[in-house]
Amino acid sequence: MLAFLIRRIGQSLFVILAMAALVFLGVFFIGNPIDVLLAPDADQAERAEAIVRLGLDKPLWQQFFIFLADLARGDLGTSFVHGTSAVGLIFERLPATMELAFVALVLAVVVGIPLGVIAGLKSEGFAGRSIMTGSIVGFSLPNFWFGIMLILFFAVTLQWLPAGGRGPTGSLFGIELSLLNPAGWPNLLMPALTLAIYKVSLVIRLAYSGTREAMLQDYVRFARAKGLSRRRILGVHVLKNILIPIVTVLGLELGSMIAFAVVTESVFAWPGIGKLLIDSIGRLDRPVIVAYLMIVVALFAVINLVVDILYSVLDPRVRLSDTGN
Amino acid sequence: MADVSIKGTLPRDQVETPFARFVADYCSSWLAVAALVVVVVLITLSALAPWIAPQNPYDLTQLSIFDNMLAPGERSMEGKLYLLGTDDQGRDMLSAMFYGLKLSFFVGIVSTAVALAIGIAAGITAAYFGGRIDTVIMRFVDLQLSFPAILIALILLALLGKGVDKVIIALVAVQWAYYARTIRGGALVERQREYIDAARNLALPSHRIIFRHLLPNCLPPLVVVATIQVAHAISLEATLSFLGVGVPITEPSLGLLISNGYKYILSGKYWISVYPGLLLLLTILAINLVGDRLRDLLNPRLKA
Repeated sequence: MLAFLIRRIGQSLFVILAMAALVFLGVFFIGNPIDVLLAPDADQAERAEAIVRLGLDKPLWQQFFIFLADLARGDLGTSFVHGTSAVGLIFERLPATMELAFVALVLAVVVGIPLGVIAGLKSEGFAGRSIMTGSIVGFSLPNFWFGIMLILFFAVTLQWLPAGGRGPTGSLFGIELSLLNPAGWPNLLMPALTLAIYKVSLVIRLAYSGTREAMLQDYVRFARAKGLSRRRILGVHVLKNILIPIVTVLGLELGSMIAFAVVTESVFAWPGIGKLLIDSIGRLDRPVIVAYLMIVVALFAVINLVVDILYSVLDPRVRLSDTGN
Repeated sequence: MADVSIKGTLPRDQVETPFARFVADYCSSWLAVAALVVVVVLITLSALAPWIAPQNPYDLTQLSIFDNMLAPGERSMEGKLYLLGTDDQGRDMLSAMFYGLKLSFFVGIVSTAVALAIGIAAGITAAYFGGRIDTVIMRFVDLQLSFPAILIALILLALLGKGVDKVIIALVAVQWAYYARTIRGGALVERQREYIDAARNLALPSHRIIFRHLLPNCLPPLVVVATIQVAHAISLEATLSFLGVGVPITEPSLGLLISNGYKYILSGKYWISVYPGLLLLLTILAINLVGDRLRDLLNPRLKA
């Protein structure tokens, strides 16, 4: 297990380093930061001074190492727009996004698994077919448009829910969370549902194929022969086995939810990192874009790592085959 | 001659070719047939957009600001009927949707075609030559696939700026890795088959083995992935344009139409965002249903 962990952590560090190089090349090499930073009427002397000040006169590899050193210290510059630390800005907005992704993930599991299992048990029946066709609709819904339709229906027509914004929050260890304050729940509902809808379809598909496969296995037949109740067979034996792929995929999808929150947050004016990124791209606020990318990449590396470890705990064959090589 | 030899066994029109069987299997699902019809109709409509749309919504001389914000079914002062209403610039929504759909299909199909070419080249190279080439290519593919498509597209567009060509570049960058992985998986299996050994024993050149023997047999799973990726690309283009990083506002895009309608949603002017979105949903859904049916038919595991 230790060898597996070390190998896996080494891989994650490599991914972060590779992405750091790509982001560095993309942002610092393709574009010219001087053009963005300086006023258009700056003279040659001011230009030269700024180039030296930003270290742009040094060779590329040296700049890259300075960038890496800054990265390791958690300092990625100051936002052009907000005038505060770019990394600080991201961390300030991160809880809102994580909360949204977390609630969406819970929704996806709570709604998706039962529907998928039902569809898997009655795959030829009307219920099964409707659920599976419904899941294709869920896959096809343009996320941003679905959010707008929710606003149109629940906020404009029925006026049940607020159209956007985060609403009141509760505080825990200095982190503001909507979940802690019931008055903030209505604000959370529509963005979370929008973010969840694609994952609900995904979980339905996984649970469906998992259930269909598991029901044909010997252990289910044996459990039946033993006279176990249907509930116990489904709830313990089948569920345990279909959970393995679902845990893996959902773990990986947590990352994609954080990325996709860009869309949801824009629609619902949710003050998370996704909206910050879109605003920063619009205003060419380069330090914030770089900080977002590096933090999200690191987050991804961590999520992938945790999923792999969880997976190897759930299914020891993975660990064995990996160390066997 | 062919007629004579078949005589006495089966009437000619009942001889099943694999393709005919495939078509018959496909048609056994009415939903899949309906979806295919919808896709064909939508592509035809979008290709004919300049001729069948009531106006050219991106020709400013044809727009009248006095006709702005008309509700669906209202008539303009000259008595022109606007079936789906107009937007804030007096643009006929129905026409704008035809033009937007045209861009959707253009971007979706072009990006998929280019990504397919790159992905096939990378995947088949990795599988056929194996060893270090395989490791390098697949590490790259894995690295890319560990990041969500929308994130990669956003990064690229943040660096490149707006434009139809740049959206296509971003979508190609997002898609190629899927094809590379799919084709490599298929090719690794096919490479072990006897017909490849036979071709090698005939001392055929590598390119002939790859293009005439290996590639055609790896295509079925790729058809499924490519179909679904066209839908994905169309959805992604609309999303990126909605976010304001995709195509510029001078281009017709369903995502931009919805983004524009979003501004008026709170005042109850629903038609500007509802109808383009419905068209987008219908397009993506129809393509996905076709892809889903193809997957069922081409999946060898389900056949057994």
